[in-house]
Amino acid sequence: MSDLSDLYQSVILDHNKRPRNRGKPPTANRVATGDNPSCGDNCTVYLHLDPSGRIDTIGFEGSGCAISQASTSLMTTLVKGKTLVEAEALFNDFKSIVTTGQAPEEISDLAAFAGVHAFPARIKCATLGWHATLEALKQPPSA
Amino acid sequence: MSLSPDLRLDFPALDQLVGGKPLVYLDNGATTHKPRSVITAMSRFYERDNSNVHRGLHALSMRATDGFEGARARAARFINAAHAAEIVFTRGTTESVNLVAHSWGNANLRAGDVILTTEMEHHSNLVPWQELARRTGATLRYVPVIGSDGEHGLDLDALERLLTPQVKLFAFTHLSNTLGVLNDAAALCAKARAVGALTLIDAAQSIGHEPIDVQALGCDFLAFSGHKMAGPTGIGVLYGKRALLDAMPPYQTGGGMVVSVTYEGATWKPSPERFEAGTPNIADAIGLSAAFDYLDALGRPAISAHDHALAQHACTALSELPGIRVLGPKSGQPRGGLVSFAFAEAHAHDVVTFADQDGIALRGGHHCNQPLMRKFGLPSTTRASFYVYNTEAEIELLVKSMRRILKFFAG
Repeated sequence: MSDLSDLYQSVILDHNKRPRNRGKPPTANRVATGDNPSCGDNCTVYLHLDPSGRIDTIGFEGSGCAISQASTSLMTTLVKGKTLVEAEALFNDFKSIVTTGQAPEEISDLAAFAGVHAFPARIKCATLGWHATLEALKQPPSA
Repeated sequence: MSLSPDLRLDFPALDQLVGGKPLVYLDNGATTHKPRSVITAMSRFYERDNSNVHRGLHALSMRATDGFEGARARAARFINAAHAAEIVFTRGTTESVNLVAHSWGNANLRAGDVILTTEMEHHSNLVPWQELARRTGATLRYVPVIGSDGEHGLDLDALERLLTPQVKLFAFTHLSNTLGVLNDAAALCAKARAVGALTLIDAAQSIGHEPIDVQALGCDFLAFSGHKMAGPTGIGVLYGKRALLDAMPPYQTGGGMVVSVTYEGATWKPSPERFEAGTPNIADAIGLSAAFDYLDALGRPAISAHDHALAQHACTALSELPGIRVLGPKSGQPRGGLVSFAFAEAHAHDVVTFADQDGIALRGGHHCNQPLMRKFGLPSTTRASFYVYNTEAEIELLVKSMRRILKFFAG
């Protein structure tokens, strides 16, 4: 049985207590919501892209457990400046971390989620905000 | 008369370690464990009597039929139905409610009619009525739940206003799976009857915990599942008054429910066979019958008193924790055998993961009650639900585990 301190690392507790980029940015013109019907958690991500298709503004709202809140908060800090393709590549790295527990050396903060792999029921908590962000990136901008 | 602590030994699944700690199973609102007598009755059927019912004339088929019809008669005795024919076997509460919504509802409801239910219903006693209203043009109305945490239960003044002659059916839960509110089902049925409305009681949470007598309650339909009352999954009951069932069209059609079939059409058997198309769930019906025996041997007033006392203890002890919201009746007020709560500092999923590390099984989420949770502004709660084998010592372990969680997230 895995220890809970492996799951609830200090990075995660910090992002849960003081989420970054929380709220709806006024300039955002793309939005998507992810739902976890089994627990009622939800996450709405708001985006704005610069002319080259890179995220220049991101914010999120919603409610969820410490894992989903911290994962979404950390994600918002990492995808800023990234294109859809780059964000998808980062998400693939993250998925690999939370499903295998192995993190490549060059990845720092995301490695805090390696402990999730020992709690398979919580993987969908960790990926909720990521799915919403990738979905929002694929949305057409609103007027 | 109180329950013996030795009865834990009747439940093989309780005897195990989780994360190196003895299992404390407090997720009985989702499903209860099964005593050895239930498990044995089912394996005995498969090992000795396994056969199809009704259509066979050989020895095993006759034994299977006796077991299955014996289970029906046993179910009738358990809820004091007037006839065994008033017991329809279904897959569970959800299918029982859907059977009424499709069969009785499609045939009897028109635009202008009202279906009345309450704000505290499980999705299984809510979505079928929404869909029935959509199909027929009838209107669905809800009796409000009052109190910021639902502590005052149903708004009985609003009920008086809502019970108009247009109401054709009042469907309500006996025991709320989220609030722990135990409704006065007999009084609610009497009020509905006074305006000519039929009544359906969702007894999923109460059947294994409270004495139930359908004739004393005065309900027209009552739905329950076997697996929340020490019986197997995949079997449940729809009780319906005989005259109502016999006037209702089939829900599903096929073998076992017909009198005569030609290439042009078919005629139906009376209830309950009319509603049991196909080979029924024979083994689980026999297991359910053993569960009725088990609970009656313990004594249902003793079960009710035991579960209420545990819930009361848990409610009082948990209410002292910082930043907690306990849903439903306050400490000291009557409450059924469960407690749902939410912490300001810790989300239900994190709470359930932590408790699991202490060997404690809880449920976290919306408890299939999304509209009510939205009304309270809560995305999710943690629920501890109790049964015959739970102990006061386990409540102490629950509270200790919750204190540890709060310390972790506050720190």
